Amino acid sequence: MQRNVLIVITGAIIAVMALALVKLGNPQNMGFCIACFLRDIAGGLGLHRASVVQYIRPEIIGLVIGAFLTSVFTKEYRSLGGSSPFTRYIMGIFAMIGFLAFLGCPLRMLLRISAGDLNAVVGLVGLVTGVLIGVFFLRQGFSLGKAVPQNRAGGYFFPLFMAALLVFLLTRPPYIFFSAEGPGSMYAPVAIALAAGLIFGILAQRTRLCLIGGIRDFVIFGDFYLLYGFLAILVVALVGNLMLGSFHLGLQNQPIAHADGLWNFLGMTLAGFASALLGGCPLRQLVSASEGNADSGVTVLGLVTGAAFAHNFGLAASAKGVTSPGQIAVVIGFAVILLVGFLNIKARRGVS
Amino acid sequence: MEVMDARGLLCPEPVLITKNEMEKLGQGAFQVIVDTSAARDNITRLAKSKKWEITVEPRGDEFVLTLKK
Repeated sequence: MQRNVLIVITGAIIAVMALALVKLGNPQNMGFCIACFLRDIAGGLGLHRASVVQYIRPEIIGLVIGAFLTSVFTKEYRSLGGSSPFTRYIMGIFAMIGFLAFLGCPLRMLLRISAGDLNAVVGLVGLVTGVLIGVFFLRQGFSLGKAVPQNRAGGYFFPLFMAALLVFLLTRPPYIFFSAEGPGSMYAPVAIALAAGLIFGILAQRTRLCLIGGIRDFVIFGDFYLLYGFLAILVVALVGNLMLGSFHLGLQNQPIAHADGLWNFLGMTLAGFASALLGGCPLRQLVSASEGNADSGVTVLGLVTGAAFAHNFGLAASAKGVTSPGQIAVVIGFAVILLVGFLNIKARRGVS
Repeated sequence: MEVMDARGLLCPEPVLITKNEMEKLGQGAFQVIVDTSAARDNITRLAKSKKWEITVEPRGDEFVLTLKK
């Protein structure tokens, strides 16, 4: 019971921080969006050159450092790796292509729904569909194999990478890209965004909040725990948007969104399917990587690579919708994740 | 007593292994070894919801979970 209370409080705090970050400068309905922020970081590092989505998002840096320090403090830090890292990398790429066809990760999807964006409800239906496909494979015995302990220091490089990003953000060297216009140019003050990320990281590490896991655990075990966090974000953000007058119900003219229902649905189905097989949404991957899991670290790199490909190859959606190459990429993504699914089904025993 | 090795597996696999074993045994006792606190917590929640008694014993970087019904 106590744990359920903690995850509800966590969801509520995340929702309030997300609304505050938008008020303080973040793009609309993007107080937090793990996929979008990784995309912005990919742009900041010059991995793609879409000039409107380049920024080193301090929320991500704070989240990782918060989760890392918490895991060290609670002795939950474990340097693990070796569970099909390259497969996870490829899956991360296509998960991101799905997220960017929809324009958001499950967290932004909730924030979009809470602001009345009905396209995100279509995305939610897609996400649930994708997780259900993933659950089907998990029930058949899908596994990417066991991770084994790595050198303890192995997991330190993920938070160290974030520390390097923080240096880039604070010193703004000429080789790091910062958008002059568009969503990448919209951001809350660095110190506040960093602090919000830290709080988010601590809470997400303690509660293991995962938006894919919420749907998955409910379907497989009838377990509501993670879903409570999911619902708390939605309800509190909804109330907040109503109070702030930022609730606009409809499909058209929603901020940083498009109204092509089919591709909102299919993008999130692909992303949900890939994420369910990966064991969690981008948020959970970030936290798990911060706790020392090298496979999750590789998955995050896959997400970053996917974002770079999505913008370099013109696959990412815009307010106009999803481009033909983007649609083809989503279809290829389904083929790849299905292949991964079928190739990794094994009899689940686990007897030592 | 059967010992299930769920070390190195990300969620939900440790929970699926435990659930399969619960369903196979119906009642009795078995152990699951896990190496992440997420797996420990998830299996503890599963055990409580399925009315299995669970004891958690830390062993180095791992946790030995004993389930009884």
